[in-house]
Amino acid sequence: MEIITNHLLTILIFLPLAGAITLLGFQRDNDGGVKLIASFFGFMNLILGLVLFFCYSGNGAVFQFVEKYQWIKSLGIQYYLGVDAVSMYLITATTLMTAICLVASWNIKKYVREYFLCILFVESGVIGALAALDLVLFYIFWEVMLIPMYFLIGIWGDYKRIYSTLKFYIYTMAGSVIMLVAIFTLYWLNGKGNFEILGMYNMSIPASKQMLLFLAFFVAFAIKVPLIPFHTWQPDTYVNAPTAGTVLLAAVLSKMGVYGFYRFALPLFPEAAMRFTPVIATLTLVAVVYISLIAIVQKDMKRLIAYSSVAHLAIIVLGMYLLTTQGVQGAIFQMLNHTVVTGALFLLLGILFERSASRQIKDYSGLAKQMPLYATFFMIAMLASVGLPGTNGFIGEFLLFIGIFKANIFYAVIACSGTVLGAIYILWMYQRSFFGPLEKEENKKLPDMNVREFGYMIPLIILIFVMGIFPQYFIKKFNNTTVSFINTVKTGHAVSMIIDNK
Amino acid sequence: MIDFKTLADPKLIVILPEIVLTIFAMVVLIAGVFSEGKETKYSSNGYIAIIGIIFSFLVLIPLYGKDISAFNHMVVLDGYAFFFKVVTLIIAGLTIISSMNYTVKNGLELGEYYALILFAAVGMMLMASSTNLIMIFIALEMMSVSIYCLAAFKRKDDKSVEGAIKYFILGAFSAAFLLFGMALVYGGTGTFDLKEIFNYIKIYPEYRYNPMLIGGIALIATGFLFKISTVPFHMWTPDVYQGAPSPISGFMATGVKAAAFAAFLRVFITSFNFYHSDYAGIIAFFAVITMFGGNLIALAQTNIKRMLAYSSIAHAGYMLVGIVASTQISNSAILFYLLGYAFMNIGAFSVLATIGKNSLEDVKGVGLKYPFLGIAMCVFMFSMAGVPPAVGFLGKFYLFSAAINAKLYGLTILAVINSAISAYYYLRVLVYFYFKGESNLSLNYNMSNVFGLSLAIAGVLYLGILPSSVISYLQQSIMHLM
Repeated sequence: MEIITNHLLTILIFLPLAGAITLLGFQRDNDGGVKLIASFFGFMNLILGLVLFFCYSGNGAVFQFVEKYQWIKSLGIQYYLGVDAVSMYLITATTLMTAICLVASWNIKKYVREYFLCILFVESGVIGALAALDLVLFYIFWEVMLIPMYFLIGIWGDYKRIYSTLKFYIYTMAGSVIMLVAIFTLYWLNGKGNFEILGMYNMSIPASKQMLLFLAFFVAFAIKVPLIPFHTWQPDTYVNAPTAGTVLLAAVLSKMGVYGFYRFALPLFPEAAMRFTPVIATLTLVAVVYISLIAIVQKDMKRLIAYSSVAHLAIIVLGMYLLTTQGVQGAIFQMLNHTVVTGALFLLLGILFERSASRQIKDYSGLAKQMPLYATFFMIAMLASVGLPGTNGFIGEFLLFIGIFKANIFYAVIACSGTVLGAIYILWMYQRSFFGPLEKEENKKLPDMNVREFGYMIPLIILIFVMGIFPQYFIKKFNNTTVSFINTVKTGHAVSMIIDNK
Repeated sequence: MIDFKTLADPKLIVILPEIVLTIFAMVVLIAGVFSEGKETKYSSNGYIAIIGIIFSFLVLIPLYGKDISAFNHMVVLDGYAFFFKVVTLIIAGLTIISSMNYTVKNGLELGEYYALILFAAVGMMLMASSTNLIMIFIALEMMSVSIYCLAAFKRKDDKSVEGAIKYFILGAFSAAFLLFGMALVYGGTGTFDLKEIFNYIKIYPEYRYNPMLIGGIALIATGFLFKISTVPFHMWTPDVYQGAPSPISGFMATGVKAAAFAAFLRVFITSFNFYHSDYAGIIAFFAVITMFGGNLIALAQTNIKRMLAYSSIAHAGYMLVGIVASTQISNSAILFYLLGYAFMNIGAFSVLATIGKNSLEDVKGVGLKYPFLGIAMCVFMFSMAGVPPAVGFLGKFYLFSAAINAKLYGLTILAVINSAISAYYYLRVLVYFYFKGESNLSLNYNMSNVFGLSLAIAGVLYLGILPSSVISYLQQSIMHLM
């Protein structure tokens, strides 16, 4: 037990990888075994993720579960892991979404073994990037997670898969290589011969250099989120990826961009971040309104949800950059909501597209009559997405808007209008496809959700309500982290960064 | 009679690995006479050559950490030379292993093939340890002549012959440049010895910008830039790589490049260090056009071997960035890059040798039908694109970090942009390997292919994940050289 808690993060990172390697030992046609073993590893990691969640103490040090070893000594790269509340939550959410994706992908027909291998591989990369406290270690995991995504989209995606996957990969890679140059510059400026992020928080970098370095980091993360004007890869990629790929991209990988702002861009370059805040606020507000308007006219359901995801993320980024307590808390809470809700919506769409080939809204009507359970679940996820009180979306948006309002009323007004538009596009889509008469013959044969689908959707539905009704239980764990984050950015020094080294 | 006293002479030990290789090369030649014309499933000549590599390696190991100069400072054995001898043996060994099935299948199973590889390896090893311009030239010719023959080895294939002739004519031309440069340097300084050239330049600063000397240096640089195939001296590269047998293309892309860089660096670090501020700008220019030239033309290739040829040009461009920086860190980064590059590039060419087809259309679906070849190609392609945790990433990381340390911000940004461009064509190989449908090839590859590829994969991953000891060794040996 001691070993597990002392090396919990390492195990969380490498258990899925071990699972992926185990899968290589299976025969090509042994699909049943592959599914079982992959899901087993997914669930083991989910259990470890829950252990991490329950063992993280909201009153203790900010960074817990710290592991630190020399790795490549001659280059100053360390194997340095540790989580604060934000990365802890995101890791737990990642383990949950991956486990669900694994179960949700049981209907995959071709190259089953490789498919599950890729999903487990993504999980390793994401958890590694979230847990790393060494810049290079982070960068390595950040790049590694692209490899399985590349194959997930390329092999199992839809008709434009090759175009989408190359576009996704090159776009992301172009962003991150520029960040790499910034990482080198930081390293030599720091002069301490290591890449420790927490140590770098205390650097005082001249303002002119800060601006350039900030931009380099900002672009890499903005591409990943994605923010306008770096979003052009996103709709194609989300739409053409297989269901699990879309869920991982939307629910998990997009958070990596926001996490990047939170962990690197803001605390490392506070002055530059402050100066760029008006620009970023403009970009995010434009995104909220413009993307919501685009979403309204979409004919393709998956594309519509993809755009809605971008709009929601833009508000999260805005809340984070304005640096008010509620805004940051709301951003963190809404990140978790976004994972659960967007994940749920894409999973539900996946269930529908497994039964019927069309993704067009016009091909469906009256689904609520034919698939009542499915329609209920979709309704709950959708209402959480628009922020109905009682669901988690309400708490997150409420906090965010208080935070934005405190910083700037003008921003708050525009951001709120985005929410109204958000309600329009998603409710309208729901009305067109789920209500009305059940006309098409092929839609009359659609079966409702089966036990497996019900089984993997129900945890998300429960979470929507639990997080909406008992938000305090979740928020109190990240109080310390929020305070120390805001202090770090505002003072330029990691004053209250306490590291638990036991 | 062999005089054992001379053998035991501590000076002869300096070239003992080369002597062993030469002996084995001759044994392969003789053995080749007996096996010629017989139907065989196993490459007997290849096995002898591999034993030669192993023996050479065994006599090399005890020389670790020694620092001896021999034959009137013609050759030296220092940490730098030791490193390049190890690299050469690894490259030659991997080439031979990946050739063993290839030669049997393609009717190239001749003693000469393996003997020439060993002779070329001897030339490469000598190039790294020469400390005299004439010795460098002799070693370079020894390597080059062997490679010309190897490039033409598929002598019934027009492409192979055409490439070899192009290579030979241009190579002879560049050798003339190199030799003329050496003569001019001799005229300017009165010596061929690298250390003494340095001393002369140091003692007589008034002759430092003597036109004869400057011209000589420029011509020497041109000769080396040709061998490492930088733009605009790259025209031969794609044709030769495409025509030559696949394992030999890998051998040329890595071995010749490593040896040329070894001599290039040694000459410029030991003798011409004073001129660094003068030539840095010129080399930077070559680096930029080489990176962009190589990468942009590679984007348009449909033949994987040609694509890899242009990619090898681009990689030479990255390494030139290290020469521009010319610090202790950047020089050791070049050496590390060469080592890592050797594993991934030979690996990629051996996958092609195993498949036996070179165009993108022909390899579609191979990755899914033959998982081992697929994984191997993934490792090599992602490594070349500079994706962690493969050595390609760490090599670039180290090299570009050194460049930033030398305040070459603009050059580094251009280099990483190139790195992102290159991802496109490396990934396109994997697009065909995995995304384009079923393969209709039926391949039979044997244990030697699997073994060679496994070694290359292990090298790529080991150097990418645990490079610490290699890097600190390189830093020491470079410090010694400077």
